[in-house]
Parts: sequence; C-alpha cells; structure tokens
Amino acid sequence: MSSHQFDVEFPIVVEGLKNEFGPHVIHEDLDLRVKRGEILGVVGGSGTGKSVLMRSIIGLQQPSAGRIEVLGQVMGEPREEDEVDIRSRWGVLFQGGALFSTLTVAENIEVPLKEFHPEIGPELRREIAEFKVRLSGLPPEAVDKYPSELSGGMKKRAGLARALALDPELLFLDEPTAGLDPIGAAAFDTLTNELQDTLGHTVFLITHDLDTLYEICDRVAVIADKRVIAVGTIPELLSLDHPWIQEYFNGPRGRAAQASQHRAKAMDKLAKAGE
Amino acid sequence: MREWADFTAETEADGALRVALTGPMVVSSVGELDVRLRELAGPVALVDLSGVRAIDTVGAWIVSRLADQHGAKVIGASKEAERLIAAVRETELPAPEDEAGAQGSALTRVLEKTGVFAIAYKDGVLDLLAFLGALLIAWLRVLRHPSRIRWISLVRQIELVGVGALPIVGLMSFLIGIVIAQQGAVQLRQFGAEIYTVNLTGRLSFRELGILMTAIMFAGRSGSSFAAQIGTMKLTEEVDAMRTIGVSPVEALVLPRVMASVIIMPLLGFYAAILAIIGGAFISMFSLEIPFFTFLTRIQEVVPTHDLWVGLIKGPVFGLIVALAGCYQGMRVHGNSEEVGLKTTVAVVQAIFAVIVLDAFFAVFFTEIGWG
Repeated sequence: MSSHQFDVEFPIVVEGLKNEFGPHVIHEDLDLRVKRGEILGVVGGSGTGKSVLMRSIIGLQQPSAGRIEVLGQVMGEPREEDEVDIRSRWGVLFQGGALFSTLTVAENIEVPLKEFHPEIGPELRREIAEFKVRLSGLPPEAVDKYPSELSGGMKKRAGLARALALDPELLFLDEPTAGLDPIGAAAFDTLTNELQDTLGHTVFLITHDLDTLYEICDRVAVIADKRVIAVGTIPELLSLDHPWIQEYFNGPRGRAAQASQHRAKAMDKLAKAGE
Repeated sequence: MREWADFTAETEADGALRVALTGPMVVSSVGELDVRLRELAGPVALVDLSGVRAIDTVGAWIVSRLADQHGAKVIGASKEAERLIAAVRETELPAPEDEAGAQGSALTRVLEKTGVFAIAYKDGVLDLLAFLGALLIAWLRVLRHPSRIRWISLVRQIELVGVGALPIVGLMSFLIGIVIAQQGAVQLRQFGAEIYTVNLTGRLSFRELGILMTAIMFAGRSGSSFAAQIGTMKLTEEVDAMRTIGVSPVEALVLPRVMASVIIMPLLGFYAAILAIIGGAFISMFSLEIPFFTFLTRIQEVVPTHDLWVGLIKGPVFGLIVALAGCYQGMRVHGNSEEVGLKTTVAVVQAIFAVIVLDAFFAVFFTEIGWG
C-alpha cells in the first residue's frame, strides 16, 4: 500500500543469490530488483528455478549465498521488536491454491487476520472475508463452501482472496492461470490487473502464459543459465538476441500471443477513431 | 509503536452526528475502532475523512458500512480513499437474504435431526451393501479366472501385515502368557491347585487370548493402515485413475488386502498362542517350579484338539472383519485430509468392536456344540 510509512522504491531486491540442492546448482549470482507498483512477470523454462526464487524471497527456502531484501527488511535477519512482521505485508498465491482443506473459504481468509490482528472482532473479520471473496470475483455463496467443493478456477480465486486478506503491499502469484480454461485465465488476468490498479500493490508473477505476459505485465524478468538474464518490457526483450528469449517470444505460441495483442490494440484504435 | 485509528463525534445543528475519523484506517489499526463504531448511536449525517492519513480496503469497508448504515455522506476523502471505497461498494450485495425460518420450533428440529440421521443411516447401510456386493463380484470373477489374482500385491500384503507383525505380536503374546500363568498360579494356590495353571494358560491361549489379542493388534496395525492408504489414494484421485484405465479398485486394492488378512490371521493367532504358552512355561519355571518341558508336555495332555480348531476357525473371520472395516472406511474417504484420520479411527473402532462381539457369539456357539 503506497500509504504505508515504509515506502521503498524497490520492494524486492535480490543480490548474488545462490541456491543449490546437493551438487545441483539452481541459481548462481542472481540479481533482481522489483519496482514498486509494477506487475513483474517472471519467465523461464521448466526447472530453471522460478518457484525456488519465489520461495527464497518469501523465506521458505534458505539460500546458500546472497542477500534478499523485502520491503526494506533483509530476510534472514532477526527483526526489530517494533517492526511489523514482514509476513503480514505480503500475500502469496500458491499454484494449487493451497487452501486449508478443513476450513471453509471464509475461515481460510480469516486465518491471516486472526494470526496478525487478533484485536479485530469476529463480526468485522467475517465482513472482511465476505467482501474479499466478492472482490476476488467469487459468487457470495462460495464463502461457506469447503475447498473440495470448488472448481480449480474458484480455488485460485479463493486463494487470491486469502492472499489479499491483509491488503498486502506485495503479492506473489505462482502460475495463477495454469490449468484454467482460456476464458477463466483471461478473467483472472483482468482481475489481477484491476486489483493492482485499485489497491496499488506490487505483483511478482510467475507464469508460463504468454497472454498473461502481454496483457498485464509491466516488465518481464527472464531466468536462464541460473541467473536473471534480462529484465524489461517485452519490446525491450525482443531486441535482445539471446537464443532462449528469441525462441520463447518468437516461437509459434509467442507469435500467436503477439498477434492477438496487436489485433486487440488495432481494435482499440478503431473504436477510438469511430467515437 | 503502532498507531490506532480513532474518531470524534460532534453533534451538528440538526441533531445528527458528524463523525471525524483520524489516524491510519488500515487492517492493523482498525480493530478497536470498529467495535466502538458499532456501538455508535446515530443518526450520522457526515463522515469526515480529512484526518485519515492512510487507508486500505478494510478501512474503506468500515467507512462505507458506516455511511450506508446511517445514510451519511462521506467528505474529505482523498483520491485513494474514494477509489477504494468505490471498489468495496461495487462488490456489495443488494440485500442480505432473510434468514428467518431457518430455525423452527424444537419439535420440528428434533424431527429434522431424526430424519437426517435416519437417511444417513439408510445411506450407510446401502453403501456397505454396495461395497460387499462389489467385493463379492470381484471375488467370484477372480475365482472364475484365477489368473486375475494379483499375486505380487497379495504377497506384498502378506509380508506387510503378517511377517511385519511377528515381532510385536510375539512379544505381546509372550507377556500375556506370563501374566496369565503368574496371576492364575496366585489364585489357584489358594485351593492347592497350582498345577491347573497349565490348563488355564494352554486352553485360554488357544481358544481366546491368542486370537483375540492378535485381532485387536491387527486392527490397530493393519486395519488402520488399510483405511489410511486407500483413503489417501482416493484423495489424490488414484482410485479414479484406476477406474478410467479399467482396473477395478476393489480387485486391485481391496481384494489383495482382504485375502492377505484372511490367510494370515489364523497363522498369526496360532503363533500368538504358542508364544503365550512359552511365556507361561517360562514364568512357571520360577513361580511354580515346573520344569519348562514338563509344562509343554502337560499342555499336550490337557488341551483338547478342538481348542486349537476354535482358534483357527475364528482367525479368518476376524481377519475378514478387520480388513473389510479398513478397506470400506478407506473407500468412503472424500473431500479433505481430515477425513482420512476420521475414517481411519472409525475403521479401527468398528473392527475392534465387531471382533469382540463376534468373539462372544463364538464362545457361546462352541460351548453349545460341545467344544467347551
């Protein structure tokens, strides 16, 4: 939230990150800076460690070397007593939604509220859960359903509602559109974009979905060769001649997404000209 | 230090209140404010946000709720506040649905509960019958085409539930044998009939304790693992995947477990009885001064052969009961991970209960047919 007192220009700063599993090195000397208020798309082939990078940033994975700073706090260092718990300032949407299966959607959303703000009364907590559910585009009756009663797309939305429970300044999305049908995926993209416009948080978005990249990402970071090889807007990336980037964006799927983006822009122009 | 949101209420000329909110209106600061605002007696005409420095959706929700509740106007809102309040308002429902009538009188509630219970009971019985039917069909199919028996699976289960249980069942039976012989000797000594300790230990081990204690151990050890394994496979949709490939889950999962249990239970029961007798013989050396091998020879003389048969007949039945309870409860798991634990508990409790009830029937039955 831009209104907080902890404004920093780069909510996420990663420097010289190294991750390894036994002899297998995932990241080496990885640097990344995420700007405040942007939607940063993170792409890379399977197994290049996109999720590992996210897990390192949110502290689920202890890196072997490097420095990670989130919202001005260095991760891994003990926090000052009066500092707000950093975990109450970010929201994470895991790939499968990772909803607690024994709790209803509303109870899921209430978990972070209860944990970090026990002074909030049960009535307000319930109201917050209800409007977050609607904010995430779920039907109101989904509030009292259990995760097993929801479809894949609804689970993702419920997971997003839980991630948004505390109005985080940072939102981590791990492949939010994977496994959704194209209509559902497009709707989720729009939702991500609209929420970001309204709430002003910074989004760290891992994706394989080229349409998502073209539609909503302000910048894209490419992970290859154990590092972030480039960060920039898509036209900027296209001007580089790294083989992986060229193949990614200029492969058959990349071209299709590009073409549809051009068509959409042309339509917009026509519509505007007609007015 | 954390800053809390606060408000001041002033009475305007027309008697309505002007509520001025101050401080940050964010999720971490509004907990207390919300409680006090709820208690605020209206009417509120104006909500002044000019003292609000920061706002998030939770703050916006509280403002919009306060304004809508009293039909008040919001003034002094920053651009950000306006945008958030609009976003929160957009999601609002037209009207809360009327929940009256959901709670009827005590009589209807009792009737409703009884009805729900009866229907659940009926469904449970039908479910169980369907499960037994499916098992019977799978069994008949396997009998007609013995090549369909999953030997590897069967042998694996025998190893897991039988061979793996040998140490714990053996130790348990040995200790029980010691307890029976020792306690029996103390009581029988009062009549000068210590020698009957051999009869007590031998007959009790073969007829009752060997097989009953083994069945209870079997329920806790294998019945529970059947339920948990099959239940987890249901959650991860492995059971559904099997069905789509044309593999019958009953044939692939349930039948090998049931067969293994039926085969292994009499063997385990016999083994337990032998170990109990060895335990009894062991303690008799010390407390009764009966030599070890004399004890064993006496056993042959005083234990009739039908005692052995009683144990061996009960074995497969108990094995069947435990395996059925475990597999059936496992197949009933659906929904979430809590169900697995719940159904596993149910499987073990049902199995032990059924085994003990059946054992009582067996005791009466065998005595009636002259195998007393």
